[in-house]
Amino acid sequence: MRTSATKPQRSKKRAERLEKIIGLVILTIGAVAISIPLLWMISSSLKGKNAVNAFPPQWIPREPVKVELDGRACYLYDIPIDGEMRRLALYRKNGPTGIFVDPENPEEQYEAPVLDGKRVTRIKFHWENFGLALKAAPFARYALNTLLIVVFGTIGTLLSCTLVAYGFARFRAPGMNWLFLLLLATVMLPPQVTLIPTFILFTRIHWYDTLYPLIIPTFFANAWDVFLLRQFFMSLPRELDEAAIIDGCSYWCILWKIIVPQSFPALATVAIFTMLYAWNDFYEPLIYLQSPEHWTLALGLQGFNALYAKQGHLLMAASLMMVVPPVLIFFFAQRLFIQGVVVSGIKG
Amino acid sequence: MFKSISLRRRESLWGYFFISPWVIGFIIFTAGPMLASLVLSLTHYDIASSPIFVGFDNYVKLFTGDPKFWHALRVTMTYAFIAIPLNLIFGFLVAYLLNLRVPGVAFWRTIYYLPSVMPGVATALLWGLLFNPRIGVINWLLSLVGIKGPGWLASPQWALPALILMSLWGVGGGMIIYLAGLQGIPTSLYEAAQIDGANRWQQLTRITLPLMSPVIFYNLVTGIIGTFQYFTDAYVLTGGGPVDATLFYNLYLYKQAFTYRNMGYASALAWVLFVIVLVFTLLVFKSSDLWVYYEGEMRG
Repeated sequence: MRTSATKPQRSKKRAERLEKIIGLVILTIGAVAISIPLLWMISSSLKGKNAVNAFPPQWIPREPVKVELDGRACYLYDIPIDGEMRRLALYRKNGPTGIFVDPENPEEQYEAPVLDGKRVTRIKFHWENFGLALKAAPFARYALNTLLIVVFGTIGTLLSCTLVAYGFARFRAPGMNWLFLLLLATVMLPPQVTLIPTFILFTRIHWYDTLYPLIIPTFFANAWDVFLLRQFFMSLPRELDEAAIIDGCSYWCILWKIIVPQSFPALATVAIFTMLYAWNDFYEPLIYLQSPEHWTLALGLQGFNALYAKQGHLLMAASLMMVVPPVLIFFFAQRLFIQGVVVSGIKG
Repeated sequence: MFKSISLRRRESLWGYFFISPWVIGFIIFTAGPMLASLVLSLTHYDIASSPIFVGFDNYVKLFTGDPKFWHALRVTMTYAFIAIPLNLIFGFLVAYLLNLRVPGVAFWRTIYYLPSVMPGVATALLWGLLFNPRIGVINWLLSLVGIKGPGWLASPQWALPALILMSLWGVGGGMIIYLAGLQGIPTSLYEAAQIDGANRWQQLTRITLPLMSPVIFYNLVTGIIGTFQYFTDAYVLTGGGPVDATLFYNLYLYKQAFTYRNMGYASALAWVLFVIVLVFTLLVFKSSDLWVYYEGEMRG
């Protein structure tokens, strides 16, 4: 009786394990494919000018080793001399033949076909690329502009969306539901439909080529974040609000003393999304910012590309520096982040 | 009685007060500009001089005298019909595998989602290097299996496929949402099915896919809307070329508005875009009756 009960269970367990192994294999293949570009960015950012254009591609940057002989830099070779492998410097070329010198003992000279030898290389990381990239364009200025947009945009979004979400979550008024549906409907509206008149408006009030068009609208709330916060506020018990009213608390005080302190995870989620969006955005800065002193990092990187397209190592060093902050935010706030995607994704 | 009415009114007024930032913003940045762009779409306007009313000229020109409009539409639709299903299938596959309770779910999830948090310009520049026909990693990988890789972004035939391939790097964006959906399906359903003798495939097609259909539906709708916003990669990598091979709709609109300063014509393009997106979304919504399953329907 007992054995017949465990047998199918065991084969089921085995099938499940097989399933997991196949799953892991596929996941690994996919993860390798996803990682290759990332690794390539890191690897390229540490290369020298020659290594970055080398084919076949080098994953770990290597460079030929040179030694100094008579004040001249000579490449070091591994080359067979009389059947014995030697490490010698190529001093002079005579057609296909090279004069090789032992760097330890310069009196020792050999003649051998250059093609028989192999250049000695060593791993070399060009950490200075990051400094060179920073010096090649005013990235500090771009970073400052981006940070201004990130900081004020986040403040604006948090303030306005909290107020609006509180209004929609806690107050009954004629037309309120209808207005909420209207708010949700704006998600479907392609931004291009409002883009041109908004652009003209900002041009008219001389905000073109300033950071204002990227900051001020955040103070007027947006559908995604209002929705996310409203859902969260609605899940908070109303009893506390009512108790506070009896204690003589105003609506402001309920929002500030009761709702907000309970909503830190939701507010943090909104803040993280806003920061990330502002840091990464390219489209709006491209439209509103013209002169380089007002550029954001995204625009600066694109401008850098126009000038340094041939210098992939500097380009990738600059790109990597722009990639690191959002990746760090993602790592440290992963839980909040994924919850946010899911709330706006599934229930929206 | 009077007191309670006035309390009600007080509450209403406070409610309106709290949502007023959005209402004001809606008027200034949404409703007003929508009306304005509808009016502008009936004019010739270059900002420098005042708009000239031309009736439906822009729309007539768009549909009958502008091959680039049709071309941009074709490019965008081609991308949508290939990239969206591919991303859907791969995103779902990864989420499904992660949901088999494999070890290290958080680790895998992080790797797959990472590209989705990176700035578009940086990733575009990176892919520009990867796609380099001469020294790029992709053609090197192809050469390892004996294939001579194409010119990718420099080739009119291969530029759009290159951008589609690149879009798969962002497969983690959909995956996260699918994974959350899968984790929300009660395990008791699978247990019951197993007792009834259902195999894995039957569980997938009879339980998982029907229950996931609203999530798939959501990703489909946002995918369509997203394709019509597609901009950064094409702008940075190809500028719409070579020979307009990657002239996406949004890129064409941008060029009309900000390169040629045809604000009226660009407004018409924007409204046509709006209608197209609306029609597609409605089509998906309508068809959803056929394939999207909502919990609670069973009881009805």
